[in-house]
Amino acid sequence: MSSNEDRPAHGILRPGFDRRTLLKTLGVGAVGAAGIPLLAACTGGAAPGASASASTSLTFGSGSSDDVPKAAYKAVTDAFTAKSKIKVTTNVVPHNDFQNKIATYLQGSPDDAFTWFAGYRMQYYAGKGLLAPVDDVWEKVGANYSDAMKKASTGPDGKMYFVPNYNYPWGFFYRKSVWADKGYEVPTTFDALKTLCAKMKSDGLIPIEFTDKDGWPAMGTFDYINMRLNGYQFHMDLTAHKESWDQKKVSDVFDTWKALLPYQNPGALGMTWQDGAINMGKKKSGMFLLGSFVTQQYTDKTILDDIDFFPFPEIAMEGQDAVEAPIDGLLLSKKGGNNQGARDFLAFMGTPEGQDAYAKVDPSNIATAKGADTSAFSPLTKKCAETIANAKSISQFFDRDALPAMATNVMIPALQGFIKDGSIDVKNLESQAKALYAAQ
Amino acid sequence: MSTPTELSESAAPGSRAGSNKPVRPAKPGRVKRLSGRDKVVLGIMVGIPTLVQLAFVWIPTLLSILLSFTRWNGLALSDIRAAGLANYNYVFNDSPAFWPAVQHNILWLLFLAVIATPLGLLLAVLLDQQIRGSKIYQSIFFVPVMLSLALVGIIWQLFYQKDNGLLNFLLGTAGTPQAVDWFGDSNINIWAALVAATWRHAGYVMILYLAGLKGVDATLKEAASLDGANATQTFFRIVFPAMAPINIVIVVITIIESLRAFDVVWVINKGTNGLELISALVITYLIGEGQSIGIGSAFAVILLVISLVPITIYLSRTFRKEKF
Repeated sequence: MSSNEDRPAHGILRPGFDRRTLLKTLGVGAVGAAGIPLLAACTGGAAPGASASASTSLTFGSGSSDDVPKAAYKAVTDAFTAKSKIKVTTNVVPHNDFQNKIATYLQGSPDDAFTWFAGYRMQYYAGKGLLAPVDDVWEKVGANYSDAMKKASTGPDGKMYFVPNYNYPWGFFYRKSVWADKGYEVPTTFDALKTLCAKMKSDGLIPIEFTDKDGWPAMGTFDYINMRLNGYQFHMDLTAHKESWDQKKVSDVFDTWKALLPYQNPGALGMTWQDGAINMGKKKSGMFLLGSFVTQQYTDKTILDDIDFFPFPEIAMEGQDAVEAPIDGLLLSKKGGNNQGARDFLAFMGTPEGQDAYAKVDPSNIATAKGADTSAFSPLTKKCAETIANAKSISQFFDRDALPAMATNVMIPALQGFIKDGSIDVKNLESQAKALYAAQ
Repeated sequence: MSTPTELSESAAPGSRAGSNKPVRPAKPGRVKRLSGRDKVVLGIMVGIPTLVQLAFVWIPTLLSILLSFTRWNGLALSDIRAAGLANYNYVFNDSPAFWPAVQHNILWLLFLAVIATPLGLLLAVLLDQQIRGSKIYQSIFFVPVMLSLALVGIIWQLFYQKDNGLLNFLLGTAGTPQAVDWFGDSNINIWAALVAATWRHAGYVMILYLAGLKGVDATLKEAASLDGANATQTFFRIVFPAMAPINIVIVVITIIESLRAFDVVWVINKGTNGLELISALVITYLIGEGQSIGIGSAFAVILLVISLVPITIYLSRTFRKEKF
């Protein structure tokens, strides 16, 4: 032991003392080290907050962590508290964390009410018994919603689970001034779209702005071609894997898409949708198939007022009936189902009054309840709202209608491969789908 | 050695507060037998690290291996169902990303071994000379190792962005159709990611080698130069072999880094479109809403088996050496 050199100058060695101090430090350290991960594990779900069964208060978990939606939900809870005297404790979680941890959240100690999406992503957890049905709420607010909304809010057992707050349509966005300059006309059929694209290309524009570095925006194109070619029900059955991927109907979608590939931005795989929005703002591209959130990118009012919208042209069936319009809204956790206050809160969200409180702060989305205030809508928002209102069926976007693992782990790489060289292996898609859906 | 004789002679009474045991004068040269309390203490000292190790390493590893033979949605435990080899079948036959990922991991290893590690060594040797501002350079090269994932992403975004990035601007192609798509072109993005990885890895290797170079006995170099060796010879024949322990550490680190390579590609596009890596696949299938735990565990087990190869070689080498 060479540590003898380090001992104090007066020559006293105190091993007992040293050892005990060392042990104490070690012990505390080990307990600390063991404790940290345990504590970290506890934070997987948001704090349960106030007691669940009391109907004078409720907890509300919100994944709307961006400034504007966060303030908007605060306006809703404030309005609700002012009206009903029921206190709402809001736990805001960053939206990526909120989505990634939803399974642990729902199994741990979830809030009474929380923000979520319609579609498979809601039905899946409803089917697992992690949500509380809200048929009584729908009896109160059902008249405020269209049939398409009701369909989107129904669980796999036929009970109601979801209360829609707002949605936004996907479609082609374009700059009116560019189109007026060149004399382009809105295409209503796929052939007209192709002709228009060819014309735009000869005018030196990128006809269809297209971005897919993040993987999900291309799903919009897939969904629309699929629904226009095979119908809304096929889209629902395919995303629920009641239909096989390995069939002609699916390869037809990709074959049809191939006709558009030369007109879509060839740099798509390196671009985010924000990059694409900038391109269209600079009049480099003719149109952009995206959700109406694209307008958030334009802070310049003159550009914003210059943006217009048209729905995806018809191809083979159902005309332009189906619209891709993801709905965001509220759910009740199983625990929250016992809290009458939480049920009242969901009912409030389903009234024009509640939705107006939200829309006043966050006007970029479209309120879903009939009778909500539309006087502040811009002409573009009005058009979007009409398109949704006139839709016979509303799809939720591939990553909300399908198993999340299928969307993220299979479709994103497959679509990126297709964009790269136009090749797709539907047989492989089917075998991957089989394995992933079987695991649920 | 702290012999009890020394203790009984010189220990001040207050310094041993808490010990009520009379000090037993032991015969010199005999190992003192452990008292009951010593055994408890030793038991705790060995037991706690073992428990921590069990809880955070071995039990999760075993569970991963078990889960890789099941189907599970990550919800209720009662949902776990046996799946036999189905997950491995998926990995090897169905997942289009697996074999590209293996290739990319190998490419990663080769690139780090051939370019990044020698670059780190070169930096270390240069900075080991008594040049002015050496400490500043060291800090600059080491900074990338400490930066967070998000920051690394932003920095390389600024370089590689297609229309507004620095690289394309310097090449004069920014905003033109000839602009290189550093992130989107699946033939190019792996190299862009490797350069970013080198930027981090070289700094890491540099610090380790700097420590190693400081540890090399200066008299060795002196003796070499007296014998007429030039700088190159001194380095390759004398200094480099003298750093053998560091070299082994570096080899292991390079292999580990190439196997767990993850952050750069995750920041770029979550490991798709030409940037597939095994570790990114593990995360894709295990974390988040898209989880399917059986398949993710199968990817993790494969990564574990691959990692065991270099670890086994390293450990067997180390233990063999200690025998001599």
